[in-house]
Amino acid sequence: MADFAKRHSGVLLLALFVALLPLALPNRFYFDVATKVWLNAIVCVGLNLLVGYAGQISLGHAGFFALGAYASAILTRRFELNAFVAMGLGAAGTGLLAFAVARPILRLKGHYLAMATLGLGIIIFIVINREIWLTGGPDGTRVPALALGEWRLTRIEDWYWAAGAILVAAVALAQNLIGSGVGRALRALNGSEVAASTLGIDTARYKAMAFVVSAVFASLAGSLFAHVERFVTPAEAGFLRSIEFVTMVVLGGMASNFGAVVGAALLTMLPQLVADFQDYKHLVFGAVLMATMIFLPKGLVPSLTDLVRRRLGR
Amino acid sequence: MASFTRRSALGATAATAILALSWAGAQAQQAPIKVGAILAVTGPASFLGDPAAKTLKLYVEQTNKAGGVVGRQLELKLYDTGGDPRQAVTFTRRLIEDDKVDFIIGASTTGETMAMIELVEEAKIPLISLAGASPIVEPVKRWVFKTPHSDRMAVEKMYGDMRRDNMTKAAILGGSGGFDQSCRAEAKKFAASYNIQIVADETYAATDTDMTPQLTRIRNTPGVQAIIGCGFGSPTVVTARNYKQLGMQNVRFYFNHGVASQQFIDQSQGAAEGMRMPVAALLVGPQLAESDPQKKVTMAYTAAYKAAYNNEAVSGFGGHAYDAFMMAVEAIKRAGSMDKAKVRDQIELTKNFVGADGIFNMSPGDHMGLDIRSFKMVEVRNGTWKLLY
Repeated sequence: MADFAKRHSGVLLLALFVALLPLALPNRFYFDVATKVWLNAIVCVGLNLLVGYAGQISLGHAGFFALGAYASAILTRRFELNAFVAMGLGAAGTGLLAFAVARPILRLKGHYLAMATLGLGIIIFIVINREIWLTGGPDGTRVPALALGEWRLTRIEDWYWAAGAILVAAVALAQNLIGSGVGRALRALNGSEVAASTLGIDTARYKAMAFVVSAVFASLAGSLFAHVERFVTPAEAGFLRSIEFVTMVVLGGMASNFGAVVGAALLTMLPQLVADFQDYKHLVFGAVLMATMIFLPKGLVPSLTDLVRRRLGR
Repeated sequence: MASFTRRSALGATAATAILALSWAGAQAQQAPIKVGAILAVTGPASFLGDPAAKTLKLYVEQTNKAGGVVGRQLELKLYDTGGDPRQAVTFTRRLIEDDKVDFIIGASTTGETMAMIELVEEAKIPLISLAGASPIVEPVKRWVFKTPHSDRMAVEKMYGDMRRDNMTKAAILGGSGGFDQSCRAEAKKFAASYNIQIVADETYAATDTDMTPQLTRIRNTPGVQAIIGCGFGSPTVVTARNYKQLGMQNVRFYFNHGVASQQFIDQSQGAAEGMRMPVAALLVGPQLAESDPQKKVTMAYTAAYKAAYNNEAVSGFGGHAYDAFMMAVEAIKRAGSMDKAKVRDQIELTKNFVGADGIFNMSPGDHMGLDIRSFKMVEVRNGTWKLLY
């Protein structure tokens, strides 16, 4: 019961933070950065189910993100579908693709799994890059505003609320999932796949489930991103973007939904914070990552909560 | 050398701050005009962004020393995108919303610029792009201008050169990237109007390290008189080397202006000899006739750039930035104030502006303002550019 209350206090705290943050944001640029943080955090919360809880790696999630983004871009622009229908179709399509490849891919372990997911991401990147007639090729394509009938969502302040609300919902969903039997199965799987299967856990099924859920989260975030930015390029599917997502999860803290949010926030804001030291940008970026891995190997949030708990315990 | 300018910029800022403080009570000091710049200073497109950034820093400093524009100093806000369109969009928003700049120069690449257009149009801020492809200004967007020649003009210049020597059969060789594709499309579109027949069309991937198969197929195509090279960066160096190895010098090779840098000549280690390309006058400044209107501008820019940056060779990509900056400064002077709408109108009214890229004549229907005469045809001879005409 205590565990239940704690889970909800976390989600409430996040909701409160999202609600109060605008008071500290001086202008629309900051709203823009905060919106990007929420969107990246949605991807990371999903990815964390797979990486943090189930202990599988994916270096291809930018591919799923881009599939969502391009589904929204192409279906609304070329086929003039409703933006929400396009978003749903994108998520469903991405989910199906993830489901189709999940079983064969997730049989692999360690480096091989990393390679296979990497390959998947790169294939998506190449298709988007080369099918110029459909995607606009390397120069990208414009995306219409998110609209439903007469109503259009264009102001970045409104997007802040929309993305923030969806993030809170995503975190609540993930927290619920983790607290349920599925979450326990995933964690058992992470501890030892053999032990988990001897306990009667269908490991392949649970791994596939985590993979599909995380892909759908990424696709949804991608669709939202496309409508916020009103422009998408194949770079969204790029290998570096996939690495960025994994880094966010690892930096914030594996197996912690709030860690994923914190990691996404830090890595999204960092390029903006160091933009003024242009020549030293990469140096600062690298130093932050190295310091985190050396001093906080479990990631920011788990390491810090451990620290607080130990202090309080004494 | 960057640290030198940084230090002097800091010094200048400090001096301005002290002056402003001491005068604070006595008279209201006018706030500086804020110039935003979004450039790919690092990353794969750094060969475009780096000389542009150096040029902007240099000329902002010079303008300030000379008393600024309409009585106000200039302040440069420069962000490095690393060539990433997503960063370009975020930084554009930052320039508009947070830094509140008065106009923006950039981005370095076509993809980044296209991603920025929506934002500057909405915010009603003049944008002068330093990227190549024609879709940036076609169709015309109210607040968007650009300084580099378009790929279409490059192709037309090459075709014109072929016709001068009675050549009619060309092959296209290019990469799969956006700039390359755009060049290829223009090359196909305009071939007929110059009576040129495209007899072969070969594509390579940006990461290819050997173009021998493509070149061999072109060599085996009967009647090829010239190759139109669409591309930039390392694949063009590989192409030049393979071209020499295959002994294809009897077929003339044209590259577009994206290749025109000293780096290309140096890296191809002699293989570029005899290759032709259309370039801006800046690259051949000393060879221009004294009567050439661009002579003075290009020589002055070259001297200033070399003096400030350790004798580094000038590139056309720094010239694009020079033209964008100077054109904006002239427009502000004519407008008499930094009113964004008035300055936009004045940029559009630019007439006979002599720049590094050519002589600009903007109009409501043309937001680039250059014509094909502004291109010079050059040939690589003895490791440098030889002006043909």
